[in-house]
Amino acid sequence: MSWNWEVIGETGLQFFGKMSASISHEIKNVMAIINENAGLLEDLTVMAEKGMPIDPQRWKAPASRIMKQIQRGDDIIKGMNRFAHSVDEPLRQMDLSDTLALMGALSDRFAAMRGVTLVLESASSPVPVLTNAFILQNLIWLCLDFAMGCAGASKTVFLKAEKREGGAKIRFSKLQDLAKAETGSFPGERERALLQALKADLVIYKEMKELHLTFPVQAEG
Amino acid sequence: MKILLVDDEYELVSTLAERLSLRGIQADWAISGEEAMRLAEKNTYDVAVLDVKIPRLGGLELKRRLQSEQAVLKFIFMTGHGSEEDFRSCSAETADGCYLVKPVNIEELIQKMNELVKVSEVSP
Repeated sequence: MSWNWEVIGETGLQFFGKMSASISHEIKNVMAIINENAGLLEDLTVMAEKGMPIDPQRWKAPASRIMKQIQRGDDIIKGMNRFAHSVDEPLRQMDLSDTLALMGALSDRFAAMRGVTLVLESASSPVPVLTNAFILQNLIWLCLDFAMGCAGASKTVFLKAEKREGGAKIRFSKLQDLAKAETGSFPGERERALLQALKADLVIYKEMKELHLTFPVQAEG
Repeated sequence: MKILLVDDEYELVSTLAERLSLRGIQADWAISGEEAMRLAEKNTYDVAVLDVKIPRLGGLELKRRLQSEQAVLKFIFMTGHGSEEDFRSCSAETADGCYLVKPVNIEELIQKMNELVKVSEVSP
């Protein structure tokens, strides 16, 4: 099968840049919170050194916020590491549910900027696919971006990975404004190139207010 | 001096407000543009410190809305990015240098706030 490498390459680079910028923004926020709380601990220490009585609870709160942010930073970096390594192999055995969770986490900031909440519905068992991890993530992102634009007044997008006969499926649901959305340009050239590369299909169900991405168990024979 | 801090990171704005209050500066805080607008309807501020990337409204739009509520309000932007794009858009919206990259140094922030308030006091 001939892949449209020109489109896949350009789209992939844009996607990688967008995610990297968002991750760095999140890390900066973590550092900023740690900075303020470490600063507060220093302020309280200076006050105590001057003989002012300080309630121990005032030290405890910033210390616990620092620990919480270190955990948050660690989670962000783990996600970034998984994302960065998604380009390592052309084909990889993956759990679609797990990949969807990673994409949900990486997209959370974009969703928040649009006032949208992403709700990941957990699968009852792993949803295995053998595919190109990076292209899969890129396709999920483009669909998620489109779905967020169709969230409507509820400002919520539900995501679920599930097994289906001969493969797997990702369901983007409760897209209240999907019927009103301009679907003439979606899927566009970028989505079509990625769908072709993954041997995947995209179906828009306006009445059900759902978007389904379907995948074979194995992307390449 | 009365300050309005706006950033969607609760633990950032609340701690920064606490640190400013330890230095004798009264600071209210909000974690959304809508909340900031509600505070600005009820209170008068000298300086608003805004995150550039406020969800939904965005920092620049929030600045315009706050300005329509309080015409003399001065602004400082905070950003996590420090990108060329952020710098250009913030520079066009504020006096020179009223743009800080996170993590922010509190003494630098206070210095900028003092400079802005002084400028506004001597302006005709």
